Amino acid sequence: MKSICFYFQVHQPFRLRNYRFFDIGRNHSYFDDMQNAWICRRVADKCYLPTNKLMLDLIRQHKGAFKISYSISGVALDQFERYTPEVIDSFKELAKTGCVEFLAETYTHSLSSLKSKQEFISQVKIHSKKIEQLFGQKPKVFRNTELIYSDAIGEMVAEMGFKAQLSEGAKHILGWRSPNYAYQHPSNNGLKLLLKNFQLSDDIAFRFSQHTWDGYPLTTEKYVDWLNQVDNPECINLFMDYETFGEHQWKETGIFEFLKYLPSRVLSHSDYSFNTPSELADNLKPVDKIHVPYPMSWADEERDLTAWLGNDLQDDAFDQIYELEEKVRKIDDINFWIDWRYLQTSDHFYYMCTKWFSDGDVHKYFNHYDTPYEAYMNYANVLSDFRIRLDDALDISLLPKLEHMQFEMEEEKASETSKLKKAPAKKTTTKKTATTNKTTVKKTANKEKTNSKTTKTKASKSDK
Amino acid sequence: MRVLMFGWEYPPHITGGLGTACFGLTKAMVNQGDEIIFIVPKAYGDESTEAARIVNASDVVIDLSSDYYKEYWSNLSYIEVNSKLVPYVGMDDYFNVINKRVKDREETTHLNNKRKYEFTGKYTSTLMDEVEKYAMVAASLAKEYDYDIIHAHDWLTYKAGIVAKNISGKKLVIHVHATEFDRSGENINQTVFDIEKYGMDNADHIVCVSDFTRNIVITRYGQNPNKVSTIYNGANSLIYNDIQVEKAVKEKVVTFLGRITFQKGPDYFIEAAAKVLKYDKNIRFVMAGSGDMLNRMVALVAKKRISKYFHFTGFLKGDDVTKMFALSDVYVMPSVSEPFGISPLEAINANVPVVISKQSGVSEVLKYAIKVDFWDIDAMANAIYCLVHYPALSKMFIKKGKKEVEEIRWEDSAKKLRNLYYKLLS
Repeated sequence: MKSICFYFQVHQPFRLRNYRFFDIGRNHSYFDDMQNAWICRRVADKCYLPTNKLMLDLIRQHKGAFKISYSISGVALDQFERYTPEVIDSFKELAKTGCVEFLAETYTHSLSSLKSKQEFISQVKIHSKKIEQLFGQKPKVFRNTELIYSDAIGEMVAEMGFKAQLSEGAKHILGWRSPNYAYQHPSNNGLKLLLKNFQLSDDIAFRFSQHTWDGYPLTTEKYVDWLNQVDNPECINLFMDYETFGEHQWKETGIFEFLKYLPSRVLSHSDYSFNTPSELADNLKPVDKIHVPYPMSWADEERDLTAWLGNDLQDDAFDQIYELEEKVRKIDDINFWIDWRYLQTSDHFYYMCTKWFSDGDVHKYFNHYDTPYEAYMNYANVLSDFRIRLDDALDISLLPKLEHMQFEMEEEKASETSKLKKAPAKKTTTKKTATTNKTTVKKTANKEKTNSKTTKTKASKSDK
Repeated sequence: MRVLMFGWEYPPHITGGLGTACFGLTKAMVNQGDEIIFIVPKAYGDESTEAARIVNASDVVIDLSSDYYKEYWSNLSYIEVNSKLVPYVGMDDYFNVINKRVKDREETTHLNNKRKYEFTGKYTSTLMDEVEKYAMVAASLAKEYDYDIIHAHDWLTYKAGIVAKNISGKKLVIHVHATEFDRSGENINQTVFDIEKYGMDNADHIVCVSDFTRNIVITRYGQNPNKVSTIYNGANSLIYNDIQVEKAVKEKVVTFLGRITFQKGPDYFIEAAAKVLKYDKNIRFVMAGSGDMLNRMVALVAKKRISKYFHFTGFLKGDDVTKMFALSDVYVMPSVSEPFGISPLEAINANVPVVISKQSGVSEVLKYAIKVDFWDIDAMANAIYCLVHYPALSKMFIKKGKKEVEEIRWEDSAKKLRNLYYKLLS
């Protein structure tokens, strides 16, 4: 079996508005609705809508032979619902074809996997629920924010019942080994690892329109030749930002034409087939275990976390937001959960990166702040206000209720975020959700039981 | 490379940044093997000869029978100007200067057909007079010494540079440390502007201390961009004495230090202070220095009703400057127009995080600084508040800033300048 596995990342953060210290204690709206709406609209027009349409055409044209997968962050979905609902519709359309797999990730594209297991698990669950609700399929394969992965993260992901996780085919991890096979987590927990072939992925995502590159101009013929030259692969994992199409690589570069003719060229001139991550996880036998003691990612030359964490500003902001977790968990108010979780989005820390002082046109491209200090100051001011609100709420609030608060319930509240947003101010909806709360709590409990069963059976299988 | 350099001051007799900059530059040039003859209007005899041979223009004998001198003399007219002329004037020196007539006017010694001028070398009301005479002295010097290129620092010496160029036929580089627009805003002194433009028009190349200044030279003086280069000042010659000072106040201290004049933007500092104090009274603001806007600033503080938290120190000198930095938690330089600006580098050297205006040359070379538009008092207030309240931010600046300042080296400036010389002469 020789497979090509496409996974596209769809993500838009809720960018913060310009929040000065004199807003602290006075203004509790943190997000720049205008800018977010504008960017969402722009990227929808340039990328999401035309690319989704093209994908749909290609899937129909090849009658089941062309398959792809997406991971769409919860914060992106929330923004689509709010600003560009037709993007949601076009993804629904794609989902109906049966040739599209939706992956699980953290709801707010957060770095929670590095800090709080409880929050990490909550966010993944809310996200899976959202995907199921929108696209009618329950994600079975996980991909973490920025493909961040380590043995510890793999352990948690396996516990949640996912059969595979996507990550980077980082050289410092693989060494002489090739990313073109399935691997597995070292502890026999059944978690398979699908690793990005960064060479062939970045040829499309980064180098496609680079005039100085040897491979320029990239044609489907040339690309399929390269695919054919790969030595004895089982799977070529082409992982990239979906915004590659039309946003990072403009329409004028010919990226859409490339995409349009790629599947037919692959199917007619090679013995590759297109498969989804789930299919790979089911069909491929892992060739080796890989150890990843320190987290890796798909970013920059280093493939590490230094784009998000590592300088004092980032580390401080990161510590601060998770210090608030304990307090947030005591509060029975959905608005606190929304803000706290939206503030966890990895982009906020990315903006504080000082690495681009030396290198990083890529970093600057995605950054609406002039300097990392502005990003930090803005974030720190917002956190100051949020902390004051939290403390005020805790003073008056619901201390007696605390004992009854269950972790599961909190999840439900956060997942209601989107429901509430759709129809704010309607009393009936709150009543409804209140009643559905109880039932879903039971349901998830049941699901967890079955999940643990399946992991057990898998573990015993791999023992054999 | 042998360079004939015209300056106006040289350490230790300096009133501001010009002398310091000339010293840093010449020292680095000598270290890379250049030979420099440095002309100052008045040498006191104790100038540092570490970097350059100092020539006292007051000692130079001018031959009045020379044709060139006669020609120059006939075209010369004295203009006495009460203008704000001063490049890089330190603290309130200028302020003092314009308020009193300086007694020691030049003496001339006649020796038959020859004479000497006794320059004050100060920024006095006879300045224009001296500028012209300095140019005449240049004529004598231009013949006396052997050199490859001429380099003139700031408008006071441009005429001297041009005279030397005309006599020797060597190329002239002028070095713009400040322009009339930095000193006077839009209300420029036309005489000074004319001399500046005359110097630029006649120079073979123009060196500016920042892109900010380069841009002014190109747009306001109509110079061809190909003829104008930026060579940043260095910072590594700064000496910081590690003075231990115990803070007397428990509040955080935010400092403005510089001349209290229009171009330093003291009023924006006060406006920002008022904004911060409205929300946080646990901060003290200090305005150190003096200048022609001091009284208005005191009145503004009173009007804003923030005098309880706002302190004026008057003019600070030497160790007091160092102590002031040691007491500060944030340094603010809200300059409206600052060709380079060395004081933030001194603050950083003293472990004080800085907020600087984008309208400064130094903002082009500093990464570990918060940069705001001078008029954006909201952003300035926010930066001050954040530096005071978020230790992660100030710690990072303290940790990384000093190293960054050390890397802004005069050696690099000297190397660039030398390359430029070679290019001009080839």
